[in-house]
Amino acid sequence: MSKGKRVGVLALQGDFREHKQMLERVGAEAVEVRLPAHLEGVGGLIVPGGESTTIGKLAREYGLDEAVAERYQRGELAIWGTCAGAIWIAREILDYQQPHLGIMDIAVRRNAFGRQVDSFEADLEITGFDSPFHAIFIRAPEIVRVGECVEVRSRYQGRIVFAAAAELWATSFHPELTGDTRLHREFVGKLAK
Amino acid sequence: MEKGTLRVKTGFAEMFKGGVIMDVTDAEQAKIAEEAGAVAVMALERVPADIRAQGGVARMSDPKKIKEIMAAVSIPVMAKARIGHFAEAMILEALGVDFIDESEVLTPADEEHHIDKWAFKVPFVNGARDLGEALRRIAEGAAMIRTKGEAGTGNVVEAVRHARAVMKAIRRIQSLRDDELMAEAKNLQAPFELVRYVHEHGRLPVVNFAAGGVATPADAALMMHLGLDGVFVGSGIFKSGDPARRAKAIVRAVTHYNDPEILAEVSEDLGEPMVGINIDVLPEEERMAKRGW
Repeated sequence: MSKGKRVGVLALQGDFREHKQMLERVGAEAVEVRLPAHLEGVGGLIVPGGESTTIGKLAREYGLDEAVAERYQRGELAIWGTCAGAIWIAREILDYQQPHLGIMDIAVRRNAFGRQVDSFEADLEITGFDSPFHAIFIRAPEIVRVGECVEVRSRYQGRIVFAAAAELWATSFHPELTGDTRLHREFVGKLAK
Repeated sequence: MEKGTLRVKTGFAEMFKGGVIMDVTDAEQAKIAEEAGAVAVMALERVPADIRAQGGVARMSDPKKIKEIMAAVSIPVMAKARIGHFAEAMILEALGVDFIDESEVLTPADEEHHIDKWAFKVPFVNGARDLGEALRRIAEGAAMIRTKGEAGTGNVVEAVRHARAVMKAIRRIQSLRDDELMAEAKNLQAPFELVRYVHEHGRLPVVNFAAGGVATPADAALMMHLGLDGVFVGSGIFKSGDPARRAKAIVRAVTHYNDPEILAEVSEDLGEPMVGINIDVLPEEERMAKRGW
Protein backbone atom coordinates (compact mmCIF):
# COMPACT_ATOMS: atom_id res chain seq x y z
CA MET A 1 0.00 0.00 0.00
CA SER A 2 1.46 3.35 -1.00
CA LYS A 3 0.47 6.39 0.95
CA GLY A 4 1.84 9.89 0.95
CA LYS A 5 3.65 11.13 4.03
CA ARG A 6 1.65 14.33 4.32
CA VAL A 7 -1.35 14.44 6.57
CA GLY A 8 -4.31 16.50 5.48
CA VAL A 9 -6.79 18.18 7.78
CA LEU A 10 -10.22 18.81 6.29
CA ALA A 11 -10.42 22.60 6.68
CA LEU A 12 -13.94 23.40 5.53
CA GLN A 13 -15.05 24.36 9.03
CA GLY A 14 -14.24 23.52 12.65
CA ASP A 15 -11.13 23.21 14.81
CA PHE A 16 -8.74 22.20 12.03
CA ARG A 17 -6.05 24.55 13.38
CA GLU A 18 -5.76 22.51 16.61
CA HIS A 19 -5.35 19.27 14.64
CA LYS A 20 -2.68 20.87 12.48
CA GLN A 21 -0.78 21.98 15.57
CA MET A 22 -0.96 18.48 17.06
CA LEU A 23 0.31 16.95 13.80
CA GLU A 24 3.19 19.40 13.69
CA ARG A 25 4.03 18.55 17.31
CA VAL A 26 4.42 14.88 16.39
CA GLY A 27 6.63 15.79 13.42
CA ALA A 28 4.19 15.34 10.55
CA GLU A 29 3.75 17.66 7.59
CA ALA A 30 0.18 18.97 7.85
CA VAL A 31 -1.81 20.56 5.05
CA GLU A 32 -5.29 22.11 4.93
CA VAL A 33 -7.71 20.41 2.56
CA ARG A 34 -10.58 22.46 1.09
CA LEU A 35 -10.63 21.27 -2.53
CA PRO A 36 -9.81 17.92 -4.24
CA ALA A 37 -6.48 19.31 -5.51
CA HIS A 38 -5.30 19.72 -1.91
CA LEU A 39 -5.33 15.91 -1.46
CA GLU A 40 -2.23 15.61 -3.64
CA GLY A 41 0.41 13.54 -1.81
CA VAL A 42 -1.77 13.23 1.29
CA GLY A 43 -1.75 9.77 2.92
CA GLY A 44 -3.88 10.46 5.97
CA LEU A 45 -6.83 12.77 6.49
CA ILE A 46 -8.16 14.08 9.79
CA VAL A 47 -11.73 15.33 9.77
CA PRO A 48 -12.00 17.78 12.67
CA GLY A 49 -14.68 18.70 15.15
CA GLY A 50 -17.13 21.34 14.03
CA GLU A 51 -20.72 21.31 12.88
CA SER A 52 -21.35 18.04 11.04
CA THR A 53 -24.21 19.41 8.92
CA THR A 54 -22.03 22.32 7.74
CA ILE A 55 -19.03 20.11 6.96
CA GLY A 56 -21.25 17.61 5.13
CA LYS A 57 -22.78 20.29 2.94
CA LEU A 58 -19.53 22.04 2.10
CA ALA A 59 -17.85 18.70 1.28
CA ARG A 60 -20.50 18.01 -1.38
CA GLU A 61 -19.26 20.98 -3.36
CA TYR A 62 -16.42 20.86 -5.88
CA GLY A 63 -16.44 17.01 -5.67
CA LEU A 64 -14.44 16.90 -2.45
CA ASP A 65 -16.38 14.06 -0.80
CA GLU A 66 -16.09 11.92 -3.95
CA ALA A 67 -12.36 12.59 -4.19
CA VAL A 68 -11.86 11.55 -0.56
CA ALA A 69 -13.95 8.37 -0.98
CA GLU A 70 -12.13 7.44 -4.18
CA ARG A 71 -8.68 7.80 -2.63
CA TYR A 72 -9.77 5.81 0.40
CA GLN A 73 -11.13 3.01 -1.80
CA ARG A 74 -7.90 2.88 -3.75
CA GLY A 75 -6.08 2.30 -0.44
CA GLU A 76 -4.28 5.65 -0.64
CA LEU A 77 -5.86 7.34 2.34
CA ALA A 78 -6.38 6.59 6.03
CA ILE A 79 -9.10 8.71 7.64
CA TRP A 80 -9.70 9.75 11.25
CA GLY A 81 -12.86 11.61 12.18
CA THR A 82 -13.20 13.39 15.54
CA CYS A 83 -16.70 14.28 16.78
CA ALA A 84 -18.32 15.94 13.71
CA GLY A 85 -15.69 14.11 11.63
CA ALA A 86 -16.81 10.77 13.09
CA ILE A 87 -20.38 11.61 12.10
CA TRP A 88 -19.24 12.48 8.58
CA ILE A 89 -17.50 9.14 7.97
CA ALA A 90 -20.17 6.98 9.64
CA ARG A 91 -22.28 4.79 7.36
CA GLU A 92 -25.42 5.47 9.36
CA ILE A 93 -26.59 8.58 11.24
CA LEU A 94 -29.60 7.92 13.46
CA ASP A 95 -32.59 10.29 13.40
CA TYR A 96 -31.16 12.82 10.94
CA GLN A 97 -30.89 13.10 7.17
CA GLN A 98 -27.73 14.97 6.25
CA PRO A 99 -25.00 14.72 3.62
CA HIS A 100 -22.09 12.57 4.78
CA LEU A 101 -19.29 10.38 3.43
CA GLY A 102 -20.63 7.16 4.98
CA ILE A 103 -17.59 4.92 4.45
CA MET A 104 -17.09 3.46 7.95
CA ASP A 105 -19.26 0.58 9.10
CA ILE A 106 -20.59 2.24 12.24
CA ALA A 107 -23.83 3.94 13.27
CA VAL A 108 -23.77 7.15 15.30
CA ARG A 109 -26.28 9.18 17.25
CA ARG A 110 -25.69 12.93 17.22
CA ASN A 111 -25.72 14.93 20.47
CA ALA A 112 -26.17 11.63 22.33
CA PHE A 113 -24.77 13.02 25.58
CA GLY A 114 -26.99 16.12 25.53
CA ARG A 115 -26.69 19.78 24.61
CA GLN A 116 -23.78 22.07 25.49
CA VAL A 117 -24.68 22.40 29.20
CA ASP A 118 -24.05 18.62 29.42
CA SER A 119 -20.68 18.71 27.63
CA PHE A 120 -17.96 17.24 29.86
CA GLU A 121 -14.37 16.14 30.49
CA ALA A 122 -13.51 12.62 31.65
CA ASP A 123 -10.65 10.11 31.76
CA LEU A 124 -10.91 7.18 29.33
CA GLU A 125 -9.31 3.77 29.18
CA ILE A 126 -8.16 3.19 25.59
CA THR A 127 -7.05 -0.21 24.27
CA GLY A 128 -3.30 -0.11 23.67
CA PHE A 129 -2.59 2.76 26.11
CA ASP A 130 -1.17 2.00 29.55
CA SER A 131 -2.54 5.14 31.21
CA PRO A 132 -5.87 7.00 30.98
CA PHE A 133 -6.54 9.51 28.20
CA HIS A 134 -8.14 12.77 29.31
CA ALA A 135 -10.97 13.39 26.87
CA ILE A 136 -13.21 16.36 26.10
CA PHE A 137 -16.75 15.66 24.92
CA ILE A 138 -18.65 18.56 23.30
CA ARG A 139 -22.25 17.89 22.23
CA ALA A 140 -20.66 14.56 21.45
CA PRO A 141 -22.00 11.76 19.25
CA GLU A 142 -22.19 8.18 20.49
CA ILE A 143 -21.18 5.23 18.33
CA VAL A 144 -24.18 2.97 18.78
CA ARG A 145 -23.19 0.09 16.50
CA VAL A 146 -19.97 -1.16 14.95
CA GLY A 147 -19.54 -3.56 12.01
CA GLU A 148 -17.71 -6.90 12.15
CA CYS A 149 -14.34 -5.53 11.09
CA VAL A 150 -14.43 -2.61 13.51
CA GLU A 151 -12.71 -2.76 16.89
CA VAL A 152 -14.06 -0.91 19.92
CA ARG A 153 -11.05 0.77 21.54
CA SER A 154 -12.81 2.80 24.20
CA ARG A 155 -16.13 3.11 25.97
CA TYR A 156 -17.38 5.73 28.39
CA GLN A 157 -19.95 4.46 30.87
CA GLY A 158 -20.49 1.51 28.55
CA ARG A 159 -21.07 3.66 25.46
CA ILE A 160 -18.67 3.38 22.50
CA VAL A 161 -16.58 6.52 22.00
CA PHE A 162 -13.62 5.21 19.94
CA ALA A 163 -13.99 2.75 17.05
CA ALA A 164 -11.09 1.65 14.84
CA ALA A 165 -10.93 -0.28 11.58
CA ALA A 166 -7.87 -0.92 9.40
CA GLU A 167 -7.74 2.52 7.78
CA LEU A 168 -10.49 4.33 9.63
CA TRP A 169 -10.81 5.81 13.11
CA ALA A 170 -13.82 7.45 14.72
CA THR A 171 -13.63 9.24 18.08
CA SER A 172 -16.56 10.95 19.82
CA PHE A 173 -14.17 13.20 21.76
CA HIS A 174 -11.54 15.83 20.90
CA PRO A 175 -7.90 14.71 21.40
CA GLU A 176 -6.83 17.92 19.60
CA LEU A 177 -8.06 20.04 22.54
CA THR A 178 -5.79 18.41 25.10
CA GLY A 179 -2.01 18.32 25.16
CA ASP A 180 -2.00 14.52 24.81
CA THR A 181 -0.43 13.67 21.43
CA ARG A 182 -0.61 9.87 21.73
CA LEU A 183 -3.45 9.38 19.26
CA HIS A 184 -1.99 11.77 16.69
CA ARG A 185 1.39 10.06 17.02
CA GLU A 186 -0.18 6.64 16.49
CA PHE A 187 -2.23 7.83 13.50
CA VAL A 188 0.84 9.33 11.82
CA GLY A 189 2.88 6.23 12.70
CA LYS A 190 0.36 3.98 10.94
CA LEU A 191 0.84 5.88 7.68
CA ALA A 192 4.55 5.11 7.58
CA LYS A 193 3.95 1.36 7.64
CA MET B 1 -16.96 13.55 34.95
CA GLU B 2 -16.86 17.36 35.00
CA LYS B 3 -19.37 19.58 33.22
CA GLY B 4 -19.25 23.29 32.35
CA THR B 5 -15.45 23.58 32.66
CA LEU B 6 -13.51 26.36 30.96
CA ARG B 7 -12.08 23.86 28.46
CA VAL B 8 -15.51 22.56 27.57
CA LYS B 9 -16.76 26.13 27.08
CA THR B 10 -13.84 27.50 25.06
CA GLY B 11 -13.50 24.17 23.21
CA PHE B 12 -17.10 24.44 22.06
CA ALA B 13 -16.38 27.92 20.68
CA GLU B 14 -13.40 26.43 18.77
CA MET B 15 -15.89 24.19 16.92
CA PHE B 16 -17.58 27.26 15.36
CA LYS B 17 -14.39 28.38 13.64
CA GLY B 18 -14.60 28.94 9.92
CA GLY B 19 -18.35 29.06 10.28
CA VAL B 20 -21.30 31.44 10.12
CA ILE B 21 -23.76 32.03 12.98
CA MET B 22 -27.05 33.48 11.80
CA ASP B 23 -29.71 35.57 13.56
CA VAL B 24 -33.17 34.01 13.29
CA THR B 25 -36.52 35.03 14.75
CA ASP B 26 -38.57 31.85 14.25
CA ALA B 27 -38.38 28.12 13.47
CA GLU B 28 -38.82 28.64 9.74
CA GLN B 29 -35.84 31.00 9.50
CA ALA B 30 -33.81 28.63 11.69
CA LYS B 31 -34.42 25.81 9.20
CA ILE B 32 -33.35 28.02 6.29
CA ALA B 33 -30.15 28.87 8.20
CA GLU B 34 -29.41 25.21 8.98
CA GLU B 35 -30.08 24.22 5.39
CA ALA B 36 -27.66 26.91 4.20
CA GLY B 37 -24.89 25.46 6.38
CA ALA B 38 -24.91 27.74 9.45
CA VAL B 39 -22.85 26.35 12.36
CA ALA B 40 -25.36 27.76 14.86
CA VAL B 41 -28.35 30.08 15.00
CA MET B 42 -28.96 33.04 17.29
CA ALA B 43 -32.57 33.09 18.46
CA LEU B 44 -33.96 36.58 18.96
CA GLU B 45 -37.26 38.39 18.87
CA ARG B 46 -36.35 41.04 16.31
CA VAL B 47 -33.25 41.34 14.14
CA PRO B 48 -31.11 44.40 14.97
CA ALA B 49 -32.35 46.36 11.92
CA ASP B 50 -35.93 46.11 13.27
CA ILE B 51 -34.87 46.94 16.83
CA ARG B 52 -33.25 50.05 15.37
CA ALA B 53 -36.31 50.97 13.30
CA GLN B 54 -38.95 50.25 15.92
CA GLY B 55 -37.16 51.49 19.03
CA GLY B 56 -38.38 50.66 22.53
CA VAL B 57 -36.68 48.39 25.05
CA ALA B 58 -35.21 45.25 23.46
CA ARG B 59 -35.16 42.23 25.80
CA MET B 60 -34.45 38.50 25.88
CA SER B 61 -36.78 36.52 23.57
CA ASP B 62 -39.91 34.75 24.73
CA PRO B 63 -38.83 31.27 25.95
CA LYS B 64 -41.58 29.75 23.82
CA LYS B 65 -39.95 31.13 20.66
CA ILE B 66 -36.54 29.86 21.76
CA LYS B 67 -37.92 26.38 22.46
CA GLU B 68 -39.57 26.28 19.04
CA ILE B 69 -36.27 27.14 17.40
CA MET B 70 -34.40 24.55 19.51
CA ALA B 71 -36.93 21.91 18.44
CA ALA B 72 -36.69 22.87 14.75
CA VAL B 73 -32.94 22.45 14.19
CA SER B 74 -30.17 20.03 15.18
CA ILE B 75 -27.40 22.67 15.18
CA PRO B 76 -26.52 24.67 18.33
CA VAL B 77 -28.88 27.44 19.37
CA MET B 78 -27.63 30.68 20.94
CA ALA B 79 -29.75 33.40 22.53
CA LYS B 80 -29.20 36.96 23.69
CA ALA B 81 -29.41 38.37 27.20
CA ARG B 82 -29.16 42.08 28.07
CA ILE B 83 -25.82 43.36 29.35
CA GLY B 84 -25.72 42.72 33.11
CA HIS B 85 -29.08 40.92 33.17
CA PHE B 86 -28.03 37.71 34.90
CA ALA B 87 -31.63 36.68 35.56
CA GLU B 88 -32.28 36.55 31.82
CA ALA B 89 -29.11 34.47 31.52
CA MET B 90 -30.33 32.08 34.24
CA ILE B 91 -33.56 31.60 32.30
CA LEU B 92 -31.69 30.94 29.06
CA GLU B 93 -29.44 28.40 30.80
CA ALA B 94 -32.49 26.65 32.25
CA LEU B 95 -33.97 26.43 28.72
CA GLY B 96 -30.82 24.60 27.64
CA VAL B 97 -29.56 27.08 25.04
CA ASP B 98 -26.03 26.22 23.94
CA PHE B 99 -24.47 29.70 24.16
CA ILE B 100 -25.53 33.09 25.55
CA ASP B 101 -24.66 36.36 23.83
CA GLU B 102 -24.51 39.14 26.44
CA SER B 103 -25.39 41.65 23.79
CA GLU B 104 -25.33 45.40 23.29
CA VAL B 105 -27.99 44.88 20.61
CA LEU B 106 -30.50 44.54 23.44
CA THR B 107 -31.11 47.44 25.83
CA PRO B 108 -28.54 47.22 28.65
CA ALA B 109 -29.93 46.28 32.07
CA ASP B 110 -26.87 47.40 34.05
CA GLU B 111 -24.72 50.38 33.12
CA GLU B 112 -21.83 49.38 35.34
CA HIS B 113 -21.61 45.61 35.67
CA HIS B 114 -21.55 42.83 33.13
CA ILE B 115 -22.72 39.32 34.03
CA ASP B 116 -20.39 37.18 36.15
CA LYS B 117 -20.07 34.46 33.54
CA TRP B 118 -18.03 32.12 35.73
CA ALA B 119 -21.23 31.44 37.66
CA PHE B 120 -22.75 29.61 34.67
CA LYS B 121 -22.27 26.20 33.02
CA VAL B 122 -23.41 27.59 29.67
CA PRO B 123 -20.71 29.51 27.76
CA PHE B 124 -20.98 33.21 26.88
CA VAL B 125 -19.91 35.36 23.95
CA ASN B 126 -19.36 39.10 24.39
CA GLY B 127 -18.75 42.00 22.03
CA ALA B 128 -15.58 44.12 22.17
CA ARG B 129 -14.38 47.26 20.40
CA ASP B 130 -10.76 46.94 21.45
CA LEU B 131 -8.34 44.63 23.22
CA GLY B 132 -8.90 46.00 26.72
CA GLU B 133 -12.63 45.41 26.46
CA ALA B 134 -12.08 41.89 25.08
CA LEU B 135 -9.75 40.97 27.95
CA ARG B 136 -12.12 42.39 30.58
CA ARG B 137 -14.93 40.22 29.24
CA ILE B 138 -12.66 37.16 29.17
CA ALA B 139 -11.69 37.89 32.77
CA GLU B 140 -15.41 37.84 33.61
CA GLY B 141 -15.64 34.36 32.07
CA ALA B 142 -16.53 34.94 28.39
CA ALA B 143 -15.59 31.86 26.31
CA MET B 144 -15.79 33.69 22.99
CA ILE B 145 -15.35 37.27 21.77
CA ARG B 146 -16.83 39.04 18.77
CA THR B 147 -16.42 42.52 17.38
CA LYS B 148 -19.33 44.79 18.24
CA GLY B 149 -19.50 46.39 14.82
CA GLU B 150 -22.66 48.42 14.45
CA ALA B 151 -25.50 45.91 14.35
CA GLY B 152 -28.46 46.39 12.05
CA THR B 153 -26.74 48.83 9.71
CA GLY B 154 -25.52 46.50 6.97
CA ASN B 155 -22.35 48.58 7.14
CA VAL B 156 -19.17 46.68 7.90
CA VAL B 157 -17.00 49.71 8.71
CA GLU B 158 -17.34 49.48 12.51
CA ALA B 159 -16.62 45.73 12.57
CA VAL B 160 -13.47 46.45 10.54
CA ARG B 161 -12.49 49.22 12.96
CA HIS B 162 -12.93 46.94 15.99
CA ALA B 163 -11.17 43.99 14.38
CA ARG B 164 -8.21 46.13 13.36
CA ALA B 165 -8.02 47.73 16.82
CA VAL B 166 -7.83 44.30 18.51
CA MET B 167 -5.33 42.84 16.03
CA LYS B 168 -3.10 45.89 16.11
CA ALA B 169 -3.03 45.90 19.92
CA ILE B 170 -2.15 42.18 19.94
CA ARG B 171 0.78 42.76 17.58
CA ARG B 172 1.95 45.67 19.71
CA ILE B 173 1.87 43.62 22.93
CA GLN B 174 3.81 40.83 21.26
CA SER B 175 6.62 43.28 20.54
CA LEU B 176 6.89 44.58 24.13
CA ARG B 177 9.57 43.62 26.63
CA ASP B 178 8.43 41.58 29.66
CA ASP B 179 9.01 44.53 31.98
CA GLU B 180 6.65 46.70 29.91
CA LEU B 181 3.62 44.44 30.32
CA MET B 182 2.36 45.81 33.63
CA ALA B 183 2.17 49.36 32.29
CA GLU B 184 0.35 47.98 29.25
CA ALA B 185 -2.14 46.17 31.51
CA LYS B 186 -2.70 49.45 33.33
CA ASN B 187 -3.30 51.34 30.07
CA LEU B 188 -5.64 48.67 28.71
CA GLN B 189 -7.44 48.33 32.05
CA ALA B 190 -7.11 44.59 31.64
CA PRO B 191 -5.80 41.82 33.94
CA PHE B 192 -2.02 41.35 33.83
CA GLU B 193 -2.23 37.55 33.37
CA LEU B 194 -4.30 37.95 30.21
CA VAL B 195 -1.97 40.62 28.84
CA ARG B 196 0.91 38.21 29.42
CA TYR B 197 -1.01 35.44 27.62
CA VAL B 198 -1.43 37.71 24.58
CA HIS B 199 2.27 38.64 24.74
CA GLU B 200 3.29 34.97 24.71
CA HIS B 201 0.76 33.57 22.24
CA GLY B 202 0.03 36.47 19.90
CA ARG B 203 -3.69 35.93 20.11
CA LEU B 204 -6.67 36.02 22.45
CA PRO B 205 -7.11 32.96 24.69
CA VAL B 206 -10.57 32.44 23.13
CA VAL B 207 -12.09 32.40 19.65
CA ASN B 208 -12.72 35.83 18.09
CA PHE B 209 -15.57 36.32 15.58
CA ALA B 210 -16.74 39.22 13.42
CA ALA B 211 -20.16 40.71 14.04
CA GLY B 212 -22.15 43.83 13.35
CA GLY B 213 -22.78 44.97 9.79
CA VAL B 214 -21.76 41.94 7.71
CA ALA B 215 -24.11 41.88 4.69
CA THR B 216 -22.31 40.25 1.74
CA PRO B 217 -19.99 37.29 1.04
CA ALA B 218 -17.24 39.83 0.38
CA ASP B 219 -17.81 41.43 3.82
CA ALA B 220 -17.46 38.01 5.43
CA ALA B 221 -14.28 37.23 3.47
CA LEU B 222 -12.82 40.61 4.44
CA MET B 223 -13.31 39.84 8.13
CA MET B 224 -11.65 36.43 7.73
CA HIS B 225 -8.69 38.08 6.02
CA LEU B 226 -8.38 40.48 8.95
CA GLY B 227 -7.68 37.42 11.13
CA LEU B 228 -11.06 36.66 12.67
CA ASP B 229 -12.14 33.07 13.25
CA GLY B 230 -15.67 33.22 11.82
CA VAL B 231 -18.67 35.47 11.31
CA PHE B 232 -22.02 36.35 12.89
CA VAL B 233 -24.61 37.64 10.44
CA GLY B 234 -27.59 39.42 11.93
CA SER B 235 -29.96 41.44 9.80
CA GLY B 236 -27.85 40.88 6.67
CA ILE B 237 -29.55 37.62 5.72
CA PHE B 238 -33.22 37.86 6.55
CA LYS B 239 -33.44 41.54 5.59
CA SER B 240 -32.20 40.76 2.09
CA GLY B 241 -34.12 39.83 -1.04
CA ASP B 242 -33.22 36.11 -1.14
CA PRO B 243 -32.19 34.93 2.36
CA ALA B 244 -31.59 31.23 1.52
CA ARG B 245 -29.30 32.06 -1.37
CA ARG B 246 -27.41 34.79 0.46
CA ALA B 247 -26.98 32.62 3.58
CA LYS B 248 -25.47 29.81 1.55
CA ALA B 249 -23.17 32.23 -0.28
CA ILE B 250 -21.85 33.71 2.98
CA VAL B 251 -21.16 30.23 4.38
CA ARG B 252 -19.12 29.35 1.29
CA ALA B 253 -17.33 32.70 1.37
CA VAL B 254 -16.11 32.10 4.94
CA THR B 255 -14.73 28.64 4.09
CA HIS B 256 -13.11 29.73 0.83
CA TYR B 257 -12.21 33.30 1.84
CA ASN B 258 -8.74 32.87 0.37
CA ASP B 259 -9.99 31.80 -3.07
CA PRO B 260 -11.08 34.85 -5.14
CA GLU B 261 -12.56 32.73 -7.93
CA ILE B 262 -14.92 30.96 -5.57
CA LEU B 263 -15.77 34.31 -3.93
CA ALA B 264 -16.68 35.74 -7.34
CA GLU B 265 -18.83 32.71 -8.09
CA VAL B 266 -20.77 32.83 -4.81
CA SER B 267 -21.25 36.62 -4.94
CA GLU B 268 -23.14 36.45 -8.23
CA ASP B 269 -26.85 37.15 -8.55
CA LEU B 270 -27.80 37.15 -4.85
CA GLY B 271 -30.71 39.57 -5.24
CA GLU B 272 -31.11 42.74 -3.19
CA PRO B 273 -28.82 43.12 -0.16
CA MET B 274 -30.26 44.73 2.95
CA VAL B 275 -30.48 48.50 2.69
CA GLY B 276 -27.58 49.90 4.67
CA ILE B 277 -27.16 52.87 6.97
CA ASN B 278 -24.21 55.23 6.87
CA ILE B 279 -22.83 55.27 10.38
CA ASP B 280 -21.56 58.85 10.27
CA VAL B 281 -25.16 60.08 10.02
CA LEU B 282 -26.25 57.84 12.90
CA PRO B 283 -26.92 59.92 16.06
CA GLU B 284 -24.56 59.13 18.94
CA GLU B 285 -27.38 57.83 21.17
CA GLU B 286 -28.43 55.29 18.53
CA ARG B 287 -25.02 53.62 18.37
CA MET B 288 -25.23 50.19 19.95
CA ALA B 289 -21.46 49.69 20.00
CA LYS B 290 -21.19 52.35 22.73
CA ARG B 291 -23.17 50.16 25.12
CA GLY B 292 -21.05 48.29 27.69
CA TRP B 293 -17.39 49.00 28.38
